[in-house]
Amino acid sequence: MTTILTTPETKARRSRPLGLDVWTTVSLALLLLFGLFLLYPMFGVLKESVVDPDGGLTLSHFVRFLANDYYVGTVRNSFVVSIAVTVVSLAIGVPFSYFYTYYRLRGAKLLFVGAVLSCMSAPFIGAYAWILLLGRNGVATQLLESVLPFKIGSIYGFGGIVLVLSLKLFPLVSVYMNAAFRSIDGSLLEAASLMGSTGLRRVWQVMIRLTVPTLLAASLLVFMRAFADFGTPMLIGEGYRTFTVEIYNQYLGEVGQNHNFAAAIGIIGVIVTAAVFLFQKFAANRFSFSLKAGSPVQKRRPRGIGGALIYAYMYVLIALAMLPQLYIVYLSFRNNNQVVFLPGYSLDNYRMAMGRLLGRSVYNTIMFAVVALAIIVLVSVLLAYLVVRRANPVNNFVDTVSMLPYIMPGAVIGIGLVIAFNSPPLALTGTAVVMIVMLVIRRMPYTIRSATATLMHLPMSIEEAARSLGASKLKAFWRITVPMMGAGVASGAVLSFVAIVTEMSAGIILYNNRTITLTMSAYVAITRGSYGLACAFSAILTVLTAVLLAIYLRFTREEDVRM
Amino acid sequence: MSVAITVKDVVKRYGETTVIPGLTTHIGRGEFFTLLGPSGCGKTTLLRMLAGFNTVESGDIFFNDVRINDVEPSKRRIGMVFQNYAIFPHLSVRKNVEFGLRNMDVPRKEVRSRAEEYIELVQIERWADQMPDRLSGGQQQRVALARALVTSPEVLLMDEPLSNLDAKLRVEMREVVREIQKRVGITTVYVTHDQEEAMAVSDRIAVMKDGVIQQLGTPRELYHRPANLFVGGFIGRTNVLDGQLHVENGQTLVTVAGATLVVPGLPGAADAVGPVKVAVRPEEFVLDSSATTGIPAVVDHGVFLGINTHYFLTLRDGTAVEVIQESEFDEVLEPGAEVFLDVKRHKINVFDRDGATNLRTGSTAAQQQVPA
Ligand SMILES: Nc1ncnc2c1ncn2[C@@H]1O[C@H](COP(=O)(O)OP(=O)(O)OP(=O)(O)O)[C@@H](O)[C@H]1O
Ligand SMILES: [Mg+2]
Repeated sequence: MTTILTTPETKARRSRPLGLDVWTTVSLALLLLFGLFLLYPMFGVLKESVVDPDGGLTLSHFVRFLANDYYVGTVRNSFVVSIAVTVVSLAIGVPFSYFYTYYRLRGAKLLFVGAVLSCMSAPFIGAYAWILLLGRNGVATQLLESVLPFKIGSIYGFGGIVLVLSLKLFPLVSVYMNAAFRSIDGSLLEAASLMGSTGLRRVWQVMIRLTVPTLLAASLLVFMRAFADFGTPMLIGEGYRTFTVEIYNQYLGEVGQNHNFAAAIGIIGVIVTAAVFLFQKFAANRFSFSLKAGSPVQKRRPRGIGGALIYAYMYVLIALAMLPQLYIVYLSFRNNNQVVFLPGYSLDNYRMAMGRLLGRSVYNTIMFAVVALAIIVLVSVLLAYLVVRRANPVNNFVDTVSMLPYIMPGAVIGIGLVIAFNSPPLALTGTAVVMIVMLVIRRMPYTIRSATATLMHLPMSIEEAARSLGASKLKAFWRITVPMMGAGVASGAVLSFVAIVTEMSAGIILYNNRTITLTMSAYVAITRGSYGLACAFSAILTVLTAVLLAIYLRFTREEDVRM
Repeated sequence: MSVAITVKDVVKRYGETTVIPGLTTHIGRGEFFTLLGPSGCGKTTLLRMLAGFNTVESGDIFFNDVRINDVEPSKRRIGMVFQNYAIFPHLSVRKNVEFGLRNMDVPRKEVRSRAEEYIELVQIERWADQMPDRLSGGQQQRVALARALVTSPEVLLMDEPLSNLDAKLRVEMREVVREIQKRVGITTVYVTHDQEEAMAVSDRIAVMKDGVIQQLGTPRELYHRPANLFVGGFIGRTNVLDGQLHVENGQTLVTVAGATLVVPGLPGAADAVGPVKVAVRPEEFVLDSSATTGIPAVVDHGVFLGINTHYFLTLRDGTAVEVIQESEFDEVLEPGAEVFLDVKRHKINVFDRDGATNLRTGSTAAQQQVPA
């Protein structure tokens, strides 16, 4: 980031009595907003974790946590399962990208859409569908056990979490790796093969090594998602307790609530994610080098047995990833008495959902998402401008703060908001406002990153040209800079929209009957054990995300898809 | 140990379009062989067929007596220098040079010492343990060269290796390339579209157009005796004049823009009576301000360039010509001055009416393709 202060601007600033030009005002306003809605709640969590019931300072919650192997175990479980998910996602996602990038496959677009869809689906739907398929009374379980001589393993616990999350998160790896593989100059590969590096050896020596920075970035992303995920371990984890589930139980559980303890667990979770984040940064720095753009590699047609295997791999993988959602949509039309599925099909489930706040859920979902997205885009564009074009300590501080939610599990943000806004003067808990604030906070870091990256690639001279032609600072910004950032930010925004619609882990702590969303309705129906209702809500959510993504992918070049 | 390369009736098609319609040539052991031609003429295509990155639709390529059409690129024992260097950005300079050796069964110690040898050969010791992204273009080019040569390949292929460098560095690096090639003695196929560069480094040059070799020869032959008008125009600068050829009393006469010149040494003249093209390089004109016979011309303007002065003149038939004269102290030809031009008769070339055959050598593009 560079500090560029041209002389005319400096003069203009001096000429104002208070030294407040437009951008200084904006940057102070952002500072205030982030302070109020992000730092203050986070501080609240911290405070909550170190006070005893009488209001005195204490470290007893942390001591209790560290002294008890059960609690430490939840964080350890989260960590181990997230590492496993990351490794498996890389193991299946990298080959997927490799074949996708270097072979001309039939139905490539379909594969890509499938991958994006499964990645953007609501987090717990996969878990729920796999339980219905492979759980104790699952269809596939019964089918397989009647055929196979041995009992198939349990879907619950560690294995189930890894299965569900890996199938959901490998597309994240793929989207990143597609771009990385695409950017490898063909002549590098040719040079390697002339020097005796061919086949798998070349893949390892050159292609993987060249994409290490991307692999690290993707790994971090997958790890963070897996670590903070709440719905999957809650539904399918059973005995395998993760710390997100523990926070939830401590905060909202039916028995033995302990808010202070929940906050302390949250803080420990944040420490872990922060450590992983820093470790990744360190590793990424060690492996960083610059790739020159070159001519891309020509795609080959897959041939022979190898080709058949490639096709099998790609389609089976996507089919598995899509299976949960398709199955849920199918089940939503099946008759049932809420406990078992019955033969025949009808719209009964949907009719019942109407009676259970369906209308309000859909309205809230859309309304929250639209408002949150508008705020996200506005703030992101402003902040990106401040950071890239007017770097100064205040702006850089706001930028750093805005990245905090990246390493904050949703549950921690949820708790923070409850603590901060539970009582006057700002009693927002239970209102739509707090839901929207939560959504904004959760998704903002991604949009800010993409806006900043876009702006960095726009030459400063364009704005200067506008200014030299008599446009005011603000006019140059709105008429020149913003439209030029538009495409990049807009494509990120649609994905943010989908992510907002399926947000779950913070929402679960903040929602109530008035602010319930589709995701919450679906989750509540699942936990109450009413199949039909759960499937109907999940199906509606699935179709809504699918439609949004279809529109998005229709108008976005594949290279621009960022998740 | 280097090889001779034989290319026989090689055809390359991309879909419906034929880029190389059937090309035959021979490249000798240790020869520095250059493919020269305008953009899109198929130089890269041919080079990549030699490397094995392009399929060969029909015809054969031999390294010595071994047909290599279906041999994997990695098995052809080829070193290649790419236009964009293709240096691995994730490996240090030394690791880049060692890369090929590590993939062979070379003992660890020897890997190190051989890499060092070539690092010294191209003089990049100072940067050997740096990452390549800090190197300048010329330094990267040296790394690429060392990397291509370190495995002792039998053939060195280079595709416009100097085109990304600035003019001064280009001149410097082409000397480096030439010297190292001679020292290693490796058969080299070099692609460029810079004719001066081609002449500076090559033993022989193949001038290509539309996938066909127009002429194959030493730089000297190409310059002085181009096989056809295309080569004459592509190599160096040339003035093309319309002329009429007739034979009288056993003498060949060419009439150009109002003057008739006796041109000796045209064995193909008898068959070419009638309109011809006369190719006169700027330095092959003789401009003597006191002459009273010759081709009448009017001076447009002159450009003084130190050693030489370039004059731009118009002939009587409207043809604009360029003439290079050694500068004289008191020589001033003002615009509008009327002068007479003569030509160095033994140097100029005369082509048949469509410029396809040089009447001095009688050669055509087709004949030139027969292997040496
Ligand atoms: N992969 C390809 N598919 C289709 N046509 C191609 C392909 N590669 C090259 N061509 C065509 O073949 C012709 C020769 O291309 P080639 O790259 O060999 O030219 P070149 O002589 O190397 O030119 P330059 O000096 O510009 O590098 C061109 O008309 C080009 O458009
Ligand atoms: Mg080329």
